[in-house]
Amino acid sequence: MDLDIEDRALLAGEQGPAMKLAMEIVVQAGRIMGAERLVPVSFAHIDACFYNGQAHIDFAEYCLKHGAQFAVPAWGNNGVVSLTHPQLYEGHPDTEMVDGARKLLGLYEALGCKPTWTCAPYHIPGGPKFGDQIVAGESNAVSFYNSVTGARTNKYGDYLDVACGLVGKAPFAGLHTDEGRKAELHLATDRIPDAWKREDIFYHLLGHHVGRLAGRRVPVVSGLGVKPSEDNLKAVSTAVASSGGVELWHGVGATPEAPVLDAVFGGGGRFEMTADDLRAAQQALTTGRDGPLDVVALGTPHFSASEFRDVLSLLDGRKVRPGLRFIITTSRFVMGYLDSKGWSQALRQAGVEIVGDICSYYAPGINPMKGRVMTNAAKWAYYAPGMLPVEVCFGSLKECVESAVKGEVWRDPGLWSALQ
Amino acid sequence: MTVQGTILNGGAASGPTLVLTEPVSFWGAFDPRTGKIVDTHHPQQGTALGGSILLLPETRGSGGTPGGIAEAIRRGTGPLGIILITPDINLAVGAQVAAALYGRPCPVIAVSEEDYHALVKCERLSIGADGSISA
Repeated sequence: MDLDIEDRALLAGEQGPAMKLAMEIVVQAGRIMGAERLVPVSFAHIDACFYNGQAHIDFAEYCLKHGAQFAVPAWGNNGVVSLTHPQLYEGHPDTEMVDGARKLLGLYEALGCKPTWTCAPYHIPGGPKFGDQIVAGESNAVSFYNSVTGARTNKYGDYLDVACGLVGKAPFAGLHTDEGRKAELHLATDRIPDAWKREDIFYHLLGHHVGRLAGRRVPVVSGLGVKPSEDNLKAVSTAVASSGGVELWHGVGATPEAPVLDAVFGGGGRFEMTADDLRAAQQALTTGRDGPLDVVALGTPHFSASEFRDVLSLLDGRKVRPGLRFIITTSRFVMGYLDSKGWSQALRQAGVEIVGDICSYYAPGINPMKGRVMTNAAKWAYYAPGMLPVEVCFGSLKECVESAVKGEVWRDPGLWSALQ
Repeated sequence: MTVQGTILNGGAASGPTLVLTEPVSFWGAFDPRTGKIVDTHHPQQGTALGGSILLLPETRGSGGTPGGIAEAIRRGTGPLGIILITPDINLAVGAQVAAALYGRPCPVIAVSEEDYHALVKCERLSIGADGSISA
């Protein structure tokens, strides 16, 4: 691999053993990826702050002890515990995990990581822009930054994300290159009525279907017609990365690298989406039968300010049914915005619980979450049944909010009939 | 027999083989505290990977894999060495970090599909620091 004088100095240990290890990690990864050189990056979203045992702490402590610091702005993914809601962990039996998870976040902050603690860093101003070479690891953040922002990153696993951030460079391969960003299959959605493309649920189901179809390939979706919102694009980006291993998708006229199909697609498999595909996705994401609800869980990935605004508008002054838990996870940044608008208080008064810094399907503090849960998030519906004792009813945002008020699963009578 | 593999993470190791019939994720589907597969969908759920030369065709890609494998190596519940077909950066990085932090080498070697099918028939394997694998 072609390394410059600074890279070689790091490998020689001139900036200490932690920076040497970081460079060795980047070089070893680059060799496996077949990269001929490294590319400077301008931003890193760090996933290794998500506690996974003592080795995570040892690695961060090793970096800190030997004077390593991030070379570029680094923002942290959500943690295993919430620092905004410490009361969730009072009396928690697994003190090793709770203490370890807290300590890890502190270590990354000391290394220079901005304490954003969110899986939706793209909602925070000042992040990467179109064309930027960056580093990210969390699957939805990788997919959103690549697809919607038009920044360039591969999916970097734990430690490699940190190593690239410390060094300020990544192996120049895969999605960092022009060739790596071409679509390999095309899904047309022209047969789905435009009215359905105004429904938020369409984008979650589309993403689930595309992820299944694409696996780890880059897909392009055409025929979106109605201009999707950023929340819609976030829904697709997240779902393609959970039902499949998609790290970049293009939407013709909807994402920045695909003004027209030809810009990203030079040939490959062609598919046509049907109403049956949407029904099949709805079924795949639903493991429970409609009935009385225990929980409504939203915010996977972390809710945006506009999604909170939609919930408030759908609640329309009504309250959540007593006994039902309506929980929305989000970032501390968005929580600050809600406070400034007076929305936090309105949501709390309606019976909505807002929790920062964490995710609700892997969050020991939110447990026990059990029983029948409704969500509008394809990623939550995909992973939670394997991790929590829950059955999931998947629905639109309107169905989720209405169900929270009624205390049982409510189905929008006009939604699926409009698909005939 | 001896075959030559591609070194993803270097080191030498030898021990009894353990063959996984299906890909596994080292985050969520594997518990580093016990070294066991905990994925209820995996046909070898409950199998402990500790002390083995692990053979698996590929992992299920997860960004949490490096932490899972590094933690298992730290605790001594992890495999002694890993042989796979599809090169896996996450396993290599996890083993590399564990070697640096704890001084415990866990070689990760990629081999051809043909060699892999020959190796899974062996009861014991030795991995050399040069990436050679011998029965």
